[in-house]
Amino acid sequence: MARFIERHPAWALIVIIAVAVLAWLVFAIWPPGLEAAIGRKRVFLNAVLNGITLGGLYFLVASGFTLIFGLMRNVNLAHGSLYLFGGYIGYAISTWTGSWILSFIVAFVAVALVGVILQLAVFRRMEGQDLRQTMVTIGLSIVFADLMLWVFGGDFYQVQTPSWLIGPVQLPLLTAIKSSGEPVYLQYPLVRLVIFAASVVIGIAMWLALNRTRIGMIVRAGVDDRDILAATGVRIQLVFVLVFALGAGLAGIAGVVGGTFQSLSPGEDTRFLLASLVVVIVGGMGSIPGAALGAVIIGLAEQLGSVYIPTYAIVVTFLIMVLVLALRPQGLLARR
Amino acid sequence: MSLLQSTQFRPDPSANATRRALLRAWPELQNPAAWLVALILVIMPLIANGFFLIEIFATTLILGVIALSLMFLAGYGGMVSLMQLTIAGFAGYMVAVFGMSGNANISLGWPWWLATPMALALATLFGTLGGALAVRTEGIYTIMITLAIGAAFYYFTNQNWAIFNGHTGINTVATPHFWGVDWRSDIAFYYVTLGVAAICYFAVQYVSRAPFGLALQGVRDNPRRMAALGFNPNAHRIAAYAFAAFIAALGGVLQVWNYRQISPGSVSVGACIDVLIIAVVGGITRPIGPFIGALIFVLLRTFALDVLIKLGLDGNRFRLLIGLGFLAIVFWSSDGVIGLWERWRRRSASSTQRSGGGRHG
Repeated sequence: MARFIERHPAWALIVIIAVAVLAWLVFAIWPPGLEAAIGRKRVFLNAVLNGITLGGLYFLVASGFTLIFGLMRNVNLAHGSLYLFGGYIGYAISTWTGSWILSFIVAFVAVALVGVILQLAVFRRMEGQDLRQTMVTIGLSIVFADLMLWVFGGDFYQVQTPSWLIGPVQLPLLTAIKSSGEPVYLQYPLVRLVIFAASVVIGIAMWLALNRTRIGMIVRAGVDDRDILAATGVRIQLVFVLVFALGAGLAGIAGVVGGTFQSLSPGEDTRFLLASLVVVIVGGMGSIPGAALGAVIIGLAEQLGSVYIPTYAIVVTFLIMVLVLALRPQGLLARR
Repeated sequence: MSLLQSTQFRPDPSANATRRALLRAWPELQNPAAWLVALILVIMPLIANGFFLIEIFATTLILGVIALSLMFLAGYGGMVSLMQLTIAGFAGYMVAVFGMSGNANISLGWPWWLATPMALALATLFGTLGGALAVRTEGIYTIMITLAIGAAFYYFTNQNWAIFNGHTGINTVATPHFWGVDWRSDIAFYYVTLGVAAICYFAVQYVSRAPFGLALQGVRDNPRRMAALGFNPNAHRIAAYAFAAFIAALGGVLQVWNYRQISPGSVSVGACIDVLIIAVVGGITRPIGPFIGALIFVLLRTFALDVLIKLGLDGNRFRLLIGLGFLAIVFWSSDGVIGLWERWRRRSASSTQRSGGGRHG
């Protein structure tokens, strides 16, 4: 952090000002002039919170994607299909057993198994042929999409939110002060907050696992130089399988999360594939903190964009990607 | 005998040299199969009825042109771009927006000879800018960025009502009508697509042997060395994107004339990937590949339903068939159908040679 400020004082200043403005917008009571200019504070706060929680979901999808890419140099364009598959599995389990938590576990295990099969049956056979692997994942995504359409049809599904998470919760954020002087606090759905907290926990756990454990050390070494790692006697294929399983499983969990606060239908796979592509391009390929930063930026841009400039919302997301590519092609938090 | 031959050739040495140069530039001229295919394509309206002419052959040629632009980028430039259909769709949208259509509040109502060059120019610009963005990264990143561009355009057309008319798209787009010919009538339109496809095919063939194309292939194989030789790799790549974007835009204009409507469905991510499938299945080393791939794709798309139902299977599983076929091609032949064909020919040639040699021995 201090080094960043030393090396890029201008950028650091811009970032600090942006954060300060955002903090003021979130915590202060808006003067009437501002409300007249850009609308109610409640709308803004809702958009910000929606953006951050959506960022949590994007992080879950994109972290698996970036982990797999970082270690294996394999752009898994079937990642969106894994997400949707996880969502459908979660839906099936939660309607069958009625347990929300169980649906997460089953989705994780099932999608991780698919990941293991993919790694063993497909990617191991064409190691080092990036382009061919990518083409294969495209083919797989078509096949998966059609198989899922076959089984689940074109309907919309929504995973049932458990009763203890239904309903809004009052946040200590002022939206306005009534004429009687009574403060109005923001109401926000509890389930989104819980899911966001869970994705933060998962992110921190991943960071700790990567930076503080032996397995994490092996994975990081593999990201830096796969061949030398294999030469030191690490069973690299086993590491590949584990990482692929973890990345796929995260996509599966994300599917259940997405199915809870949005819905599941054919086409969602492409949407989340696009989201993870953009998040990873913005944040930096192969970097977990980069995925977190990118996810929050893209989530915020998408939600604020759809509130304030509805017909051009996607352009904002896209412009961010263009800007990052123009200024820092390797992504915001990539090392190289 | 040898004297006779040499006197026979003597009268016109310069014409002979030009002939050889021509043959070196266009080896197709010597290939009887190529002449046969050209002849069949030209007399097609005598053989096929309107359905086959438009739904199969014109559609094949249009998809082939779009996939040809991808083949040019991937085969000669080593850049797999998934946004070629997006460029084509952009050109189609621009034809609909600038030209005449059923949505009078959006279309500007320009005549076709003004709207079409405008659409081509804008789409080429769009493709060049996208390319300039994509060349900032390399290899598999190109796929990701171009896919992101394609997907963003798809969602944008869905959201935007002012220019792209949201998810309903723009309908009853006017088609050119001049010299007393309705150029969208079956036979005239077939010849238009055939002409454009032939021009694009020979243009790609020509560029691939021109200095620019050779330099581009050099950049594909070893950018660092080309840079050391004084070439600018990124400028070559961007120029390749511009050329490919123009070809894709031509395909897009033809496509919107063919269907007379355009909607976000025509630029969906699935359709972008279809173009990749067409190019890869056909083979991305030769310009003829995309057309072969397009023919296979269109035939499958049109008849898979009937065939599947006749076999007692669910007719809606057409995409599954396409996906599995694509997977099989990617798994077993890195060079598509052309590669399979060449391998088969080489094997049969070597086996006849071996059997011939066995007889002599």
